Amino acid sequence: MDNTLDKKLINYGEALYEACFQEMADDKNVFVYGLGVDDPKGHYGTSKDLHKEYGGKRNFDTPLSEDALTGIGIGAALAGLRPIYVHQRMDFLLLCMNQLVNMAAKIRYISSGEHNVPIVIRAAIGRSWGQGAQHSQSFQSYFMHVPGIKVIAPTTPHDAKGALIASIRDNNPVVFIEHRMLYKNAGYVPSASYEIPFGKGRILREGNDITIVGVSHTVEDSLRAADLLKSEGVNAEVIDPISLSPIDYDLIRGSVSKTKKLLVVDNGWMTCGFSSEIITDIAINCEGIRCQRMGFEETPCPTTPTLEKAFYPNPQSIAITANEMCGGNKKWSPPEVEQHEILSFKGPF
Amino acid sequence: MKKNFNIEKAYYLFLLTRKSEEKIIELYHTDKIKSPVHLSIGQEAIAVGVNMAISEDEVIFSNYRGHAHYIAREANLDRMWAELYGKSRGTARGKGGSMHLNDWSKKFMPTSAIVSSAIPQAVGYAYALKYKNQKGVVICYHGDGATDEGVFWESLNFASLHSLPIIFICENNKYAIYTHQDKRAMNDPIVERARAFGVNANKISGSSAEDFYNATVDCLNDIEKESKPHLIECMCLRWKDHVGVGDARDLNYRNEKEVDEAITNDDLLSLEKKLPKSTVNEIKLKVDSQINNAVRFAEVSDFPEANEIYDNVYG
Repeated sequence: MDNTLDKKLINYGEALYEACFQEMADDKNVFVYGLGVDDPKGHYGTSKDLHKEYGGKRNFDTPLSEDALTGIGIGAALAGLRPIYVHQRMDFLLLCMNQLVNMAAKIRYISSGEHNVPIVIRAAIGRSWGQGAQHSQSFQSYFMHVPGIKVIAPTTPHDAKGALIASIRDNNPVVFIEHRMLYKNAGYVPSASYEIPFGKGRILREGNDITIVGVSHTVEDSLRAADLLKSEGVNAEVIDPISLSPIDYDLIRGSVSKTKKLLVVDNGWMTCGFSSEIITDIAINCEGIRCQRMGFEETPCPTTPTLEKAFYPNPQSIAITANEMCGGNKKWSPPEVEQHEILSFKGPF
Repeated sequence: MKKNFNIEKAYYLFLLTRKSEEKIIELYHTDKIKSPVHLSIGQEAIAVGVNMAISEDEVIFSNYRGHAHYIAREANLDRMWAELYGKSRGTARGKGGSMHLNDWSKKFMPTSAIVSSAIPQAVGYAYALKYKNQKGVVICYHGDGATDEGVFWESLNFASLHSLPIIFICENNKYAIYTHQDKRAMNDPIVERARAFGVNANKISGSSAEDFYNATVDCLNDIEKESKPHLIECMCLRWKDHVGVGDARDLNYRNEKEVDEAITNDDLLSLEKKLPKSTVNEIKLKVDSQINNAVRFAEVSDFPEANEIYDNVYG
């Protein structure tokens, strides 16, 4: 997978661009569409000027009609093309639910395998600087619920590139979740094309005392929490599931069989969510595991900074919860960790 | 293309469609048909006319009231019946039923039971034809109910914006279940609104297969000259219940007289009168035998094994 001789230090957004660019070069059936994909910003640079390289029909702007545009992508996929439909905010996927759940997820089944729907739905999650109730939602569990749809939410630039390439090449509808607060994260990414497979997670940090499973941006905060926990003598193992449907349960079961403690930190509400699913699996399949979960507060996301801060789990709150689970001092107050991507973000969008 | 309406062929397709659905009515009480059915009886002239106008290569998107579209396309009748029976030799190996028929050998896409939901897919398919520089026109059947949905107008807008080769066949039977169009929209809104979106739209009230054939040929010829979306609003009357095998007059929700009139003016009878008796008899025998064979095919087919349930969730 990795060609160590040829890696570049690029950020998450650039990794997504590179994945699109390379797949469009390799397969003339791949095209990108969505509101603003060919505007001067090019969806945070991830689709910038692709039309100049590949022509207007392969990177085109659309009416806002998300419902129809999802169906149009499905129809194009039925005709053998490989559409990538880009959304600047995941919140707008609710306008696409009928097409994704009733149509894309069913067509293969009700045609007895005659037709596939190889469409990628890219959805960016917003956070910070007043994104508020309707620009910050994270609907991974909605799509994990539906047989026939795959869901993937890479955290690192390396996995972002490989996961997007795998999504484009996959013959199923894929909801590809990318978090705005990850876009500036840099990492070494192979220049060649490669796939990050569905159904495979990754241990980002090894430890013996507790397993922390994050989702998308909360993986980042879980790693920060693991750093904080060192001072208390707690070695946390941090897992990035990457693929949310299917989920790499073997990886999580293996980890908790060692640590005996599981903390799931969702980037979303907890009720009927990702954390419910992971903890249920562990309750059924593993014995004697202490489980805990964190996620968004069960409210709409507020806009003002003080309330927004209370809405999300953060490195300190994750570390405190994990430390308590490990029998640590309940009065421990770790130092505040700078979430530079959040502090530095100033909009305008 | 030139207009050359073949009455014999039209009569055959019409009779095959009508008799197939009458067979469904005949057998429905046995409960061997394991799915809801939305019968096309009374509306078949549209499918017959359209199918006679288009070529084998044209891709068809349809809906849950799709028996006529499927049968008049001469898609596989045996497999349709097996699907109605929930058998493993059905068009979806028993996983679709009446509302999700499909036959790719006839370019007939799986149909959808969510009103209007296949419409954007038809538009997307037309976009793909243009993208790949392929010839062809996409046929998209839908009802008047579908025009109540926002996605229909969103789809028209995109089709027009990209000058796509597609014909929307709007079967206007005036009712969404039992709710008349007058309760759902201002008078006669479809053609005028479609035109406002830049779609070439016309209304056909004649309700004969030949009228629908002619209208479709006109659209195909227009598109041959210049790619752009067309819409034909085909006025028709549903003789049967919205779902199931009941009669349109059963529930007193509509004017019985207009149903009686439509039945009196049945285009199937008009076509029959134009043909020699010997030809009619020959076609009747052929149709009966085809349908009986299809029912037998369904009867002798097996149900799928329980372990097939997971097949084809993912590709």
